[in-house]
Amino acid sequence: MERKANYSVPTLLLEIAAILLGLIFLSPFYFVLSNSVKTLGEILLNAAKWPSTYHWDNYKKVWEQLDFPHVFMNSLLITAFSVAGIVFISSMMAYRLVRRPTVFNKILFTALVASMIIPFQSVMLQLVRITSLLELRGHMYGIIVCYFGFGLALSMFLFHGFIKSVPLEVEEAAVVDGCTPYGVYFKIVFPLLTPIMVTVIILNTLWIWNDYLLPVLVIGGNKDLTTIPLGITKFFGAYTKKWDLALPGLAIGIAPIIVFFLFLQKYIVEGITAGSVKG
Amino acid sequence: MKNKKLSEWMQQFVFVGPGLLFFVIVVFIPFLLGFYYSFTDWNGLDMNKAHWTGLHNLHLIASDTNFWHSLGFTLKFTVVTVIGANVLAFLLAMVLSRPLKTRSILRTVFFLPNVIGGILLGFIWQFIFTKGFTTIGDLTNLPFFNLPWLGTPTTGFWGIVIVFIWQTAGYMMVIYIAALAGLPKDLTEAARIDGANSFQLLWSVIVPLIMPAITICLFLTTSNAFKMFDLNLSLTKGGPGTSTQSLAFNVYAEALNNNRYGLGTMKAMLFFFAVSLITVTQVWFTKRREVEA
Repeated sequence: MERKANYSVPTLLLEIAAILLGLIFLSPFYFVLSNSVKTLGEILLNAAKWPSTYHWDNYKKVWEQLDFPHVFMNSLLITAFSVAGIVFISSMMAYRLVRRPTVFNKILFTALVASMIIPFQSVMLQLVRITSLLELRGHMYGIIVCYFGFGLALSMFLFHGFIKSVPLEVEEAAVVDGCTPYGVYFKIVFPLLTPIMVTVIILNTLWIWNDYLLPVLVIGGNKDLTTIPLGITKFFGAYTKKWDLALPGLAIGIAPIIVFFLFLQKYIVEGITAGSVKG
Repeated sequence: MKNKKLSEWMQQFVFVGPGLLFFVIVVFIPFLLGFYYSFTDWNGLDMNKAHWTGLHNLHLIASDTNFWHSLGFTLKFTVVTVIGANVLAFLLAMVLSRPLKTRSILRTVFFLPNVIGGILLGFIWQFIFTKGFTTIGDLTNLPFFNLPWLGTPTTGFWGIVIVFIWQTAGYMMVIYIAALAGLPKDLTEAARIDGANSFQLLWSVIVPLIMPAITICLFLTTSNAFKMFDLNLSLTKGGPGTSTQSLAFNVYAEALNNNRYGLGTMKAMLFFFAVSLITVTQVWFTKRREVEA
């Protein structure tokens, strides 16, 4: 925007204002973290103060009551398998729809794009029925299959836009060299999709990891499959006024995804930018 | 020739089949069934005992004040948050496109609320509103912090607005920053040389050029705000009473708390039409303002 990158007084003032706003943005995390190691009495007395003594015991209790390692593993497995499946089925479909634009495939593409507007609430009740009929409810593979279906449209759309720009010549050369159609896809095209794949993986990971309603409906009462959002909700419901337990629960609930973000933030921001510009 | 045809069918089956199968089971069939169930008295338990009741559910909805209230709430919420989140996001993007020393840290900070799910954000803010704000209020005597946050319909509304904007602005900021980075330098410089002031530069050059980004951001915020559910559930549970119940929440509550799946489905289908109407209109409207650089 600026012609020269010289650091002027207005820039300094803007910087100070932006930092102050940034601190306000971060303040909720301060409240959660600082109060998570206080006694209930101290929280009620003054929630803004830095803790006088650190009660790490709060975390220990919560860790055990939530059965955190188990809940974390559920979230991790569901997210990992769902995202991996979405990447495969949506990229394969997008490839076929780009390379063979038959009437059927064109209609299918339009229908999938249009389906993105359907709110989850409009299908959830019937979905509960169907997942019961097909005996998908209460099983981990059941919820993963549901994520395949819901993640398909957007991911396919992103791959579709990207594949259109992949030159056909490379594929033709491979065919001449004796590659099968499946070999062309898995050996040549699939590796070329890496940039948009990063976007698809990130968008789906953030969504599935944080999702609440679908696990409630499909995992339902099966306690063995509780994910982090479900576990925290139940925990929070049981301890609404016991902030000394609810807050450490929230802190360990948000920790994994924050760590994920901080490590991969460059890719996440790029992925979101790419996804939105193409979307 | 026959082999070629067979191979084409096989490829269509292998590449398109799996995705199509899951999509049909999870989205397509449930969506079609929705049109049927919305005209029944389905109680959610037995599919066979769902009696066709014609337009009865529409009559029920017409006199359902909660439903209309939640529609009003959702529309008001959408307008306020779409404007609020996008104005804030655009300002942040403008500031963070300048050569600030801390800009990469600040971009991370503003984006951070986005990676945490709506459910957990709502719980965090429940604590901030009920305990954090009262403490700050006691220390500073500022009336803003002493309001009964989440305790009345009005403060509850604004409470959810604050959290939603806090969560969404950073995401939109990322998109606006990308758009601003892609602005052709020669055009903005030409406008400066022609004597455009900052406001003219912004309104007549920058905004038209980044209109595609504005379309996307408005679309994303509109559809997210209109479909808001998680945040609503964990922050206020729609309360006090049902005063802060979003439309998505109302659909959920009708079916799962009242066990009226037929009625809930009808509401869900109306919800679908409302979402489509609003987002399509908005995209059509902003698309018309896009220009080529």
